[in-house]
Amino acid sequence: MADAPSGRSLVVDAVTHRYPSGSLAVEDINLDIKGGEIIALLGPSGCGKTTLLRIIAGFIAQTQGRIIIGDDIVDMLPPNRRSVGIVFQNYALFPHLSISENVAYGLAARGIDKATRQREAQRLLDLVQLPAMAERLPRQLSGGQQQRVALARALAIKPSILLLDEPFAALDKNLRLDMQIEVKRLQRVSGITTLIVTHDQEEALSMADRVAVLSHGNLEQFGTPSDVYDRPQTLFVNTFVGSTNRMPGVVVSADRTAAKIRLDAGTEIIARPVGGALSEGGRVTVCIRPEHLQFVGDETGFAGVVGMSLPLGATVVHEVTTADGSGVKVSQARIGETRALENGAAVRLAPLAPSLANAFPATL
Amino acid sequence: MGAAPASRDVTSYGMGLAAPLALFFLLFFVAPLLQLFWLSLHNDTAGLHWGLGQYLHFLTDPFSLGVLGSTLLLGAEVTAVCLVLGFPIAWLYQRVGPKLQTIIILIVLLPLLTSVVVRTFAWIVILGRQGIINAALQSLGIIDTPLKLLYTQFGVVIALAQVQMPLMTLPLITALGRIDSNLDDASCSLGAGSWRTFFRIVLPLSLPGVIAGCTLTYAAAITAFITQSLVGGGQMLFMPMYLYQQASTLQNWPFAAAISIIFLLAVLAVVSVFTTLGRLSRGHGGA
Ligand SMILES: Nc1ncnc2c1ncn2[C@@H]1O[C@H](COP(=O)(O)OP(=O)(O)O)[C@@H](O)[C@H]1O
Ligand SMILES: [Mg+2]
Repeated sequence: MADAPSGRSLVVDAVTHRYPSGSLAVEDINLDIKGGEIIALLGPSGCGKTTLLRIIAGFIAQTQGRIIIGDDIVDMLPPNRRSVGIVFQNYALFPHLSISENVAYGLAARGIDKATRQREAQRLLDLVQLPAMAERLPRQLSGGQQQRVALARALAIKPSILLLDEPFAALDKNLRLDMQIEVKRLQRVSGITTLIVTHDQEEALSMADRVAVLSHGNLEQFGTPSDVYDRPQTLFVNTFVGSTNRMPGVVVSADRTAAKIRLDAGTEIIARPVGGALSEGGRVTVCIRPEHLQFVGDETGFAGVVGMSLPLGATVVHEVTTADGSGVKVSQARIGETRALENGAAVRLAPLAPSLANAFPATL
Repeated sequence: MGAAPASRDVTSYGMGLAAPLALFFLLFFVAPLLQLFWLSLHNDTAGLHWGLGQYLHFLTDPFSLGVLGSTLLLGAEVTAVCLVLGFPIAWLYQRVGPKLQTIIILIVLLPLLTSVVVRTFAWIVILGRQGIINAALQSLGIIDTPLKLLYTQFGVVIALAQVQMPLMTLPLITALGRIDSNLDDASCSLGAGSWRTFFRIVLPLSLPGVIAGCTLTYAAAITAFITQSLVGGGQMLFMPMYLYQQASTLQNWPFAAAISIIFLLAVLAVVSVFTTLGRLSRGHGGA
């Protein structure tokens, strides 16, 4: 019993779910998750994250598709036989049971004797660094401590898969960081396959081996944090993950790997075409992240006028209005005493490198 | 910072505003109760001799004790029936859509919209020798001679249970509604089946509602003079009717007063047992 449970794989195979009310919550989702991986399900509120989580846990029977855990198709199994541990957003601790009874609840359901149960509960409470809380009631613990108990309770049943639904949303910023590290540490020692639902892109990028980005029930991209951040496959991913400037333009010439775009802001730049071939003369949206723009001294790049400058600690963000009247943000690392930019100063901007600009066919 | 004086103001206003009701209670509730108690301390109907004779009489008379016992038992039976039938309704209410919820709440509240007298007569029609139940059973050929349903303990319990059902169901609906539905899911995902989830999570967390419902139903059932007398008929005697006979028919006011006081204390005892159970269940985890 002491050895770490080896994580089992999880396959979400073409899962679609339509609620009886008619709303299509998730559509044709495919995820192939390896044993021991930590995956973030990232997307804005209402995009279907919770629905997908509840389908995996067995609380909702999907209208189409299969859920496969390890080698087993689990669609016919009720939640209590799927061996899936869940940490709910509001923790859902049993308010009338002590902390150790909460943690041991799943073991009692498995008919394990009381002495073993107590020993195991204590071991898990030690693991989540709450060794002295066993006899308290949930309401006597702080939010962060309750979260640890919820985690210990879910881990106690040695689940094949651990699901966490927006687990840190209710915590303040410092505590959130502590808990993110804690969860990652526990995930590493237990090796359990973990799925974290979040709408916080930083959380997704920092915690997960791979990130699945959802929008309106559709899977936009499933890849490593750097895939998702550096090589977004859709305009939605590019704008939702990290911040980005969207600059409209027209295709001058294009092949598979590079496109020359005439920006409405008044210059031609080279960008990476994404999402299929671009046709000459077609309108595109070019995405360039604020940290990938630089001020240039010569006549290259496009012109703009500096508006507000926001010093954000390690970086300074400048708002620049371009010739076509749209605004772009430029983020500069603050190295020593950065040159202060006057409000109203005329500047020229260019991407750091062509590969850092992404061109997407413009949608109406 | 300004909260403390403000809240003190609120309480001082509150006291003044409560005075009319306090006066009303003093005049029409506390005073008659004291008068009742004073009356019960007389050994003769004329009210000349002081003493505890009426109480001694009641507590040594097997017939009187029998009436008290059967009344308390009746309350327990009605409460049990209401709990067993009301819990599933309340449980269902929390698990259906809003349309069905409206229908359920309507059905639960419907008994309150008709007078107790009317509802009781309806039960007489249903339970009578030529009533709906007997007619149906006979025409189906299940029985040859009509069953005796009216004027039986069974009839009284059923009629009282229907009459008092909202008092059980409403607190239960409230209590079950307060339980976070994620707790059900959490229990289930931890491997518990529906029965374990029910007995370890749902039932303990709904105990405040169970206690409130039981207290209300119990108190209402044992004092339900009209339903007890009309459906129970002459053969069955419960405390309210016993009291009425002593006071109205036999004009034995001191004995009637003693019956009232004893009945009151018995009810208070049962209610405080319920409340203590409730407090215990909330205070501690429930092993
Ligand atoms: N029980 C339900 N009945 C009908 N529609 C629902 C239900 N739960 C969620 N939805 C709808 O499904 C979509 C996805 O919801 P959800 O999975 O909760 O999103 P998320 O967790 O990403 O915020 C939303 O449009 C929501 O309105
Ligand atoms: Mg959600």
